[in-house]
Amino acid sequence: MTRVGVVAWNTFREAVRDRVLYNLVFFALLMIAAAILVGQISIEIEQTVIVTLGLSAISVIGLLMAVFIGVGLVSKEMDKRTLYALLSKPVRRWEFLLGKFGGLLLTLTVNTAAMAAGLFAALWYVKHPLDRGDSAVLVAVYFILLKLALVVALALLFSCYTSPLLAILFTAGLYVAGLFVNEMRDLQSATMAPGMKAFLRWLSYLLPNFRNFDVMASAAHGRAIPGMLLAQNTAYAALYCAIVLAAAATIFSRRNLK
Amino acid sequence: MAGTAIEIENLTKDYPFGFLHLKKKRSLEGLTMTVEDGEVFGFLGPNGAGKSTTIKLLMSLIFPTAGTARILGKPISDIGMHRDIGYLPEQPYFYDYLTAAELLDYFARFFDLKATERRERVGRMLKKVGLETAGKIQLRKYSKGMLQRVGLAQAILHDPKVVILDEPMSGLDPLGRREVRDIILELKREGRTILFSTHILSDAEMLCDRVGVIVGGKLRGVGAPDEIVGVKAHGMEILFEYAGEGAQASGLLSQATRTGNRYRLQVEEEKLYATLEQLRGAGARILSVTQVKASLEEYFMHLVEADRAQAAAVEVHGK
Repeated sequence: MTRVGVVAWNTFREAVRDRVLYNLVFFALLMIAAAILVGQISIEIEQTVIVTLGLSAISVIGLLMAVFIGVGLVSKEMDKRTLYALLSKPVRRWEFLLGKFGGLLLTLTVNTAAMAAGLFAALWYVKHPLDRGDSAVLVAVYFILLKLALVVALALLFSCYTSPLLAILFTAGLYVAGLFVNEMRDLQSATMAPGMKAFLRWLSYLLPNFRNFDVMASAAHGRAIPGMLLAQNTAYAALYCAIVLAAAATIFSRRNLK
Repeated sequence: MAGTAIEIENLTKDYPFGFLHLKKKRSLEGLTMTVEDGEVFGFLGPNGAGKSTTIKLLMSLIFPTAGTARILGKPISDIGMHRDIGYLPEQPYFYDYLTAAELLDYFARFFDLKATERRERVGRMLKKVGLETAGKIQLRKYSKGMLQRVGLAQAILHDPKVVILDEPMSGLDPLGRREVRDIILELKREGRTILFSTHILSDAEMLCDRVGVIVGGKLRGVGAPDEIVGVKAHGMEILFEYAGEGAQASGLLSQATRTGNRYRLQVEEEKLYATLEQLRGAGARILSVTQVKASLEEYFMHLVEADRAQAAAVEVHGK
């Protein structure tokens, strides 16, 4: 596991040196502007607007990073052939893959944590002191991070066997599909064949359910999020990531590096 | 020689291509050879001959279609064995956001070395490849030659028993080539086994105990450099200066190639002394006399043409 940590730390260092975290400046400016503006134009719903805007920005920025950097984690190393010297060391391919995943997850965690701090600062500006109900925002941020971990795992899986462009399309496609799995599961149509209904139902369980991680409405209105959902989402993301990463490692371990 | 460092048996590699990858191109065919402990082995061949394919197979970067290979008695699939192997990829490229010292420290961490030992080794390696003053510069500012040196440093960083170098001289200026040659000789003196690929005969002649020649994915011979290429003198080349226009030398001058007032003249070995006498008599100043050998390129061309002729014959026979 030490080798996984070494690769992960270097992946994080790459993100920092390549100025990936510069997006935080943009987010900070957005939050300051929103806090000032919302404070002036909205009455009583400042918290709802700030939280919705902040969580949406955290989610979108995180998703863009997860997909675009996630897809490049392996493909960039193969294209530039930086991987050759690394794999000539006593590093197994799955260790490299897991390290890359861990490194990007660390980057996303730092990024998300910094943005969450910005969001709380904006929230404090429009409504101080903060109360217990605001802890739901923290849970919502945590769920965004779980969602990003799943997206990174999927991006890694696709980039292990296809081109970066296709990997981006597949990851984005699966993310969008994953937002509608509940609808897919409950889809009832009189004209639909029973076989198709069963297939869609199974597919809805197979696809990653990203809707589970969306608690933005509860957080925006200061409603508490049940502890059971916290445990369920954590277990779901961990299990799904483990399965996807195992598949990615299996494919990557057999891949010829030309 | 104590034993065999690298054993390759019937190693074959096909690359799929075309739509759905249904067609296959054979890059390496039934390669069988050994590299003994402590020897410098040169893997010679023109571009696309299968040298890098073989090396990538040995490093488990690609996987064989058929055949096996062992390094230090262990199968190449055993990644733990990489503790004893150093590898320099062809035209190496490294993380350009790191400095050379950071890169070497990063790689050293995979060998469970303590921080003080890592620092000491990184400093020693940078000095060995002549980069001690450039260790703190980001690799994106390095020239091709400097990257090659960093590549060498990372290959020998962990004190490996076997060093595999893919075209270690490529992209280097004459001074850089000399330094790499010196490093290879030093590694040999330290008792390491070295396998390196090249298409430059002079490198192989200077460094190798044995060479293997590969063309078209097939091994064409293994042995000492002179022996394997079967170098025969094509004749002698005389380099001389001549300022006059004397009729005595006019016949020879017409056969010579002129550069300024210097001439190069190629003659058969048995006519060498008579020609030298004639030139001296005409007042020419002899600068050097060298043997003209068949170049490796010529040797390769001969093998490649033989391959093509064989392929054409097979095609005609097939029809």
